[in-house]
Amino acid sequence: MFVKTNGRYSNTKSLDAFTNFLFIVPAVTIFIIFYVYPFFELFNLSLYQWSGIGPKTFVGMRNFQELATDKVWWLSMGQAGYVTLIALTFQNALAFALALACDREIRMKRFYRLVFFIPPVLSEVVVGFLWNWMLNSGTHQGHQVGLVNNFLTHIGFPQLVHDWLSDPKTSLTCIAVVHSWKGFGWGFIMLLAGLQTIDRQLYEAARIDGAGSWRLFWHVTVPMMVPVIMVVVMLTILGSMQVFVLIFSLVNQGLVYHTDVPVIRIFSSMWGTNQFGYACAQAVVFGISLVAVSFTLKAFSNRIKQV
Amino acid sequence: MGFNKYQVQHFFRNTLLHIFLLTVTVSCLFPIFWMIRSSLMSGTTIFTDQALIPVDLNWHNYVVAWTRGNFAVYFINSLIYTISVVTGIVVIASLAAFAFSRLQFPGKNAIFYVFVAALMIPLPGSFVPLFVLMNKLHLVDTRMGYILCMINVGLSLSILLLKTFFDKMSPDLENAARIDGCNQLQIWWYVALPLAAPALAVVVIYNSLNVWNEYILATVLLSNQDLMPLQRGLMVFNGPYQVDYPVLMAGLTMTAIPVIAIYLLMQKHIVKGLSSGAVVG
Repeated sequence: MFVKTNGRYSNTKSLDAFTNFLFIVPAVTIFIIFYVYPFFELFNLSLYQWSGIGPKTFVGMRNFQELATDKVWWLSMGQAGYVTLIALTFQNALAFALALACDREIRMKRFYRLVFFIPPVLSEVVVGFLWNWMLNSGTHQGHQVGLVNNFLTHIGFPQLVHDWLSDPKTSLTCIAVVHSWKGFGWGFIMLLAGLQTIDRQLYEAARIDGAGSWRLFWHVTVPMMVPVIMVVVMLTILGSMQVFVLIFSLVNQGLVYHTDVPVIRIFSSMWGTNQFGYACAQAVVFGISLVAVSFTLKAFSNRIKQV
Repeated sequence: MGFNKYQVQHFFRNTLLHIFLLTVTVSCLFPIFWMIRSSLMSGTTIFTDQALIPVDLNWHNYVVAWTRGNFAVYFINSLIYTISVVTGIVVIASLAAFAFSRLQFPGKNAIFYVFVAALMIPLPGSFVPLFVLMNKLHLVDTRMGYILCMINVGLSLSILLLKTFFDKMSPDLENAARIDGCNQLQIWWYVALPLAAPALAVVVIYNSLNVWNEYILATVLLSNQDLMPLQRGLMVFNGPYQVDYPVLMAGLTMTAIPVIAIYLLMQKHIVKGLSSGAVVG
């Protein structure tokens, strides 16, 4: 081995180790102050009742007991779950279909790939405001202001004109659809990359054995894609459960219960009602459930790989 | 001219595929076109003019957004934050990644795994204790506070990306430089960094987009309008009462165009960075 040549004395080894260590000092310092400390402080603060300023009162597990019966909180969990469910099915099915289409010998492949990834690079604030404007339900001198309602009127379906974002029946679905619009490019890129690693000879061999397109898909493509699909599923769940900024900007300041998700609850416990301890308890419960979900999925996908 | 059955089938299948792909393409691009189009209407024509491309292009909205909408301040702030955070991440992460990959010191692997573990644990409510901490340090409503927090956000992934790259790089050139009498710091700066340019490009672009698009920490940490970046400023502009849609659309366009332009120019690096970020996440 040829590593250290700049030392002549016997104690250079520990001196080297020390100077080498200096390379990671800036990174470690920032990491400890801005990640590790808040990480533990989150658990610590969840045991207190605290308004953000002044003295803290230790309340033990009381925040968690309160949270267990907090209907608004569990409603928000369910609503994030609903958005996640639509993202998992609609968004990922779309992404997979597009990836399959682009995996063939087809013209303009590069163009499609370029376009599908534009929505993911936009910020959630931009996407939210943009769709808020397009789904606007206002009228001006009898005209529909928003593009979607205007379009529905023009193609002869004025009865479908709807107050998309304020109606509790449709607002959450709109959020899920816009979220999918912004996100499907992700899944598309990852699934396409996965498809392209499949050995073409597998397809040839199966075809020679007499498999049709449908069986080819279920017996060659899908099994080979399981690892990538699991990653996409996991990222979709983690990303969709934490959706928040999009709702802020899409449902115009309408912080009403029927579009609440956990991060909004944490946010409003902190800023709205100044319950910092309660906000931390919510964050702990939410964080632990996300970690639990991702570990379950990982264990599940390891099982599949072994089979 | 005769076509056999398979050619006909093939033709129809490809046509259907293109119809499908083009529909999705239009649904991706049309909202962005609509945003730009709406930003060029006046306060009244935006509600009455149904044309796809308006007759009078009202560029004045951009002037209004830039001056009265305070977007000049937000835009410059976003630039300041993006440049300083990315510079900070590149220096700090590449120093650490170089050490994790090339140098020997006790506890090396353990420390590295802590960084990687941080990537795997989602921490959705960390902004609460982070705000408490920044308040104690008197860094709330300061540029420095926001910059430091954002450096931390991008740090772990950047270290991982760069370390993976250094691991694959041959150490021959570094050893040659060492024989010539370079110390570790000189090797990092003169040899390792230039060779790692492809990985650095991914780190730079990935983090630039991340900082430019960030909203939550900007909301929690900055309440002074003069310090806000674009995403936060857009939210302020779109107050709870009356919205000036054409000017808002001009603001959105100004926020989105740099990102789209960088994406179109650098798409290879972006896709690589985002998907490698995704795989560890």
